[in-house]
Amino acid sequence: MAKVVDARGLSCPQPVILTRQAMEEGQFPIEVWVDTVTSRENVRRAAERAGLKVQVEAVGDEFKLTLMR
Amino acid sequence: MSERLTRFFASRWGILLAGAVIGLLAPLLQRAGNPTNMGICVACFERDIAGALGLHRVATVQYIRPEIIAFVLGSLIAALLFREFKPRAGSAPIVRFLLGMFAMTGALVFLGCPWRALLRLAGGDLNGLVGTAGLVAGIALGVFFLKRGYSLGRSRPAPAPVGWIMPAIMLGLLLLLIFRPQFTKDGPIFFSTEGPGSKHAPILISLAVGLVIGFLAQRTRFCTMGAWRDVILMGDTHLFTGVGALFVVALITNLALGQFKLGFAAQPVAHSNHIWNFLGMALAGLAFLLAGGCPGRQLFLSGEGDGDAALFVLGMIFGAGFAHNWALTGVPDKLAEGVLTVGGPGPYGQAAVIIGLVFCIVLGFTMREKK
Repeated sequence: MAKVVDARGLSCPQPVILTRQAMEEGQFPIEVWVDTVTSRENVRRAAERAGLKVQVEAVGDEFKLTLMR
Repeated sequence: MSERLTRFFASRWGILLAGAVIGLLAPLLQRAGNPTNMGICVACFERDIAGALGLHRVATVQYIRPEIIAFVLGSLIAALLFREFKPRAGSAPIVRFLLGMFAMTGALVFLGCPWRALLRLAGGDLNGLVGTAGLVAGIALGVFFLKRGYSLGRSRPAPAPVGWIMPAIMLGLLLLLIFRPQFTKDGPIFFSTEGPGSKHAPILISLAVGLVIGFLAQRTRFCTMGAWRDVILMGDTHLFTGVGALFVVALITNLALGQFKLGFAAQPVAHSNHIWNFLGMALAGLAFLLAGGCPGRQLFLSGEGDGDAALFVLGMIFGAGFAHNWALTGVPDKLAEGVLTVGGPGPYGQAAVIIGLVFCIVLGFTMREKK
């Protein structure tokens, strides 16, 4: 069961903060939804720094990042 | 090609380049005519624009700064080229407007924004240290709020006008700068004939530099507040790389150009009132953090179509008018016949900083995402 983080429309650094909170909860995979390239890159960077694998999918105007151990 | 460029700009090398370019161009702008010990100051330049429009009547700081115009337009060009222009708005707009006003108030008490604090320090002005310390303190307080769940809420995609209004305003300012209309006798548009407002590089140079910086900063998400915030919040030094590069390159450039003067007292367009340098920048830093970006970043975001950032920018310009009309700003040090009079804000400015800090702290405790 994926943990879903909806960070669409939130300004930085909220998407990363919410992602980090989800990472700490430890339920994987984590699905993060963002709607700007900036947030996508910020979340990707935070996840990679934590040693996670990141898959990015463009869905319409939004992005879905799947974070896995 | 576009994918590789995007990855480069998103990388540490990309933001290092952006910081280095700013660190090189700002002192060069100073050499080309911009005010001494400044080069680029987003807050001061927006204040100059406020003056030119007649929002305040301090004759020494009135000039439509092309750099501000070009920051927005350079960012717009980058956003359009890389398909990141997205009109959006709706995240606590009135709050952002007030945050802009208070951020400007704090910055004008210190006589600089985070960009100028770094550039001042790179020119030997040690008050930049005190200002930066205050900035970091304000940001640290903001991080405390972020961790507790502070949020201004979500913005939503918006129709095109929401994203195009700020670029259009900037184009309008450019026309006013070029054609110099006077709307009433002895009225705006004002152009300082003495003081810092009269010190400016040639328009084309300022525009060119601003466009380059706007483009690079939009691509790399350069942010002088986020740099400190991310280190404090999560030990992430990505944005700080840009700030570090800016400082180092600016320092070297200043030394090479003979623009380095070490000391606290009587620096140009600056004061050495340590307490209020610290507190003014603490207010500014906290306000920038609560609004999600330093004043430069807010300009670059508004060039991308962010209507909320555009409101913050307008709040800063409006706030600059207030700050000067109500004597809130810091007064520079005076050195006359060997006697130093330390400057700083008067009683109204001091009160404004305290009120601003209280306002921001209330926001920090109360603003949450409404589910």
